[in-house]
Amino acid sequence: MELLNLFIKSAFAENMVFTFFFGMCSYLAVSKTVKTAVGLGAAVIFVLLITVPVNYWLNYYILSDGALSWLGDKEGIGLLPQAEASAINLSFLSFIMFIAVIAAMVQLVEMVVEKFAPALYGALGIFLPLIAVNCAILGGSLFMQQKNFPNGGYAAVYGLGSGFGWFLAIVLIAAIREKIRYSNVPGPLRGVGMAFILTGLMGLAFLGFLGF
Amino acid sequence: MIKGLRRVFDHLYKTVDHKYHPVVESFDTIHFTPNLITKSGSHIRDAADLKRTMMFVIFAMIPCLLFGMWNVGDQHVQAAMANGAELEGWILPTFGSGFWGKFLYGASGVLPLVIVSYVVGLAVEFVFGIIKGHSLHEGYLVSGLLIPLIMPIEVPLWQVAIAVIFAVVVAKEVFGGTGMNVINVALTARAFIFFAHPNSMIGDKVWVDGFSGETSLGKLATKINDSAALEQFSNDTFMSTILGVEAGSIGETSVVAILLGAAFLLITGVGSWRIMLSFFLGGLSLAYIFNLVGPGIDNYYMQLNPFHLLFLGSFMFGMVFMVTDPVSAAQTNTGKYIYGFLAGFLSILIRVLNPAYPEGVMLGILIANVFAPTIDHYVIQANINKRKKRAKLAATAA
Repeated sequence: MELLNLFIKSAFAENMVFTFFFGMCSYLAVSKTVKTAVGLGAAVIFVLLITVPVNYWLNYYILSDGALSWLGDKEGIGLLPQAEASAINLSFLSFIMFIAVIAAMVQLVEMVVEKFAPALYGALGIFLPLIAVNCAILGGSLFMQQKNFPNGGYAAVYGLGSGFGWFLAIVLIAAIREKIRYSNVPGPLRGVGMAFILTGLMGLAFLGFLGF
Repeated sequence: MIKGLRRVFDHLYKTVDHKYHPVVESFDTIHFTPNLITKSGSHIRDAADLKRTMMFVIFAMIPCLLFGMWNVGDQHVQAAMANGAELEGWILPTFGSGFWGKFLYGASGVLPLVIVSYVVGLAVEFVFGIIKGHSLHEGYLVSGLLIPLIMPIEVPLWQVAIAVIFAVVVAKEVFGGTGMNVINVALTARAFIFFAHPNSMIGDKVWVDGFSGETSLGKLATKINDSAALEQFSNDTFMSTILGVEAGSIGETSVVAILLGAAFLLITGVGSWRIMLSFFLGGLSLAYIFNLVGPGIDNYYMQLNPFHLLFLGSFMFGMVFMVTDPVSAAQTNTGKYIYGFLAGFLSILIRVLNPAYPEGVMLGILIANVFAPTIDHYVIQANINKRKKRAKLAATAA
């Protein structure tokens, strides 16, 4: 029940796009058709689902303050004296470690997509490798670090929920943009301008989930 | 008289600068059906053009509007009597606190809202019509009456004006005007005030300083603490909820008046019965589920009779006039069922589970509006796949 609550909260109430405006560049660029939006959204779900728990364990066992105490001397078999091991704080490395994990995952996704869905690979173009620097992904890991989840399962559900929220956002706006493609939009607003206005209006609607 | 009017318009067409023809034309076509004839291959199945369709919706809203006017006066008189205060102003002392007094007093509060909404909204439409040089869109006729009906009576007029400008420009005109908007214009206006000026939207005042009534939903959220009180509440308010003799936004209180409008919309075929039915079923099914798991949970929304829960607040009004908006709803028939169900489901979900908002209908419908194009996309895609499969089968059989 708690996990379900976390999923709904991360997907709707704390939606990456409508609440934090994260991951905007690929969100705006790839949302022209539903098909490519679904592809990119699925990739984001997958990457978040893997990287958030992996980064959780990294954070839990290596990076956070005192996390390395397991290296300490227990009955003469540890590497370091216990006090020294517990005093290590590697949290200044979290950005680079998180990014490294994310980049590795994205490489994997890229290879899989290229092999099994070459048409989608062509349609996504540069935006597929750019997931590595999509701030929704790094944001997921950093929010996870802040939230102090009790175990990796929570982190995985949080990653899945955030990814699903992003997926939903890009698919919804892609369908709307397909619908308004032939509308008589004032010239200067065509394209990205309209996408921004739409995102704002959708965010207004999604405010309904705030407070859950 | 009619001929005189015709002559006036013909004269205006000749004398007014060409730039302002959209303005003249729009007033002309309110009075006269345009005598344009389609030259080739027409597909018209009905004599009703957009302006007549809009008029049907406005007729359907009139019961709600008139009842709302009386109810505003009635609430005021009741609150004044309960507090033992003098009836202020000149209307009530002059006409007495009978039917006409209450009605006129309410009208003096409601009509300014209607006028502000129409004047500001149509002014924006005229400006856009003149800049773009196209004939004027009549879409605002319906939104302009819906907006006052979903406002609480005490909302300041300047806030209404700002909300109308925001809604018409951002939610409609930038999309290309009438028939192109993605989310409902009237609901955008309400949501704008709701989030920008939350104090105006609580709806707990009966339009006079000092007295405050409370909507039944608000009471349910704050005052009901045990099942005996709930029983009492349920017995006390069921009839008044159906008749609408209670505090709330102007047009939303009376289920009877709303259903009159609904009957008119359904008979004329302007409102979609698919959406209304599925919206009601969506809300009802979730209310039943809550009712089953409700006992023992400290949330008295859940334990109320499901039908009663749906009749409270703006659920019924949303069902008849908001969710059925043919522009922002799903376009395919299957999509309409899904869209309506989703909207009703979300409305009750937000109302019951989200403590931040005692009323979720507005937000539920807005979210469903956002989902509508996606629903349509997948319904159409499913149909394409089905036909492809059928074609393939036919090809292999032959």
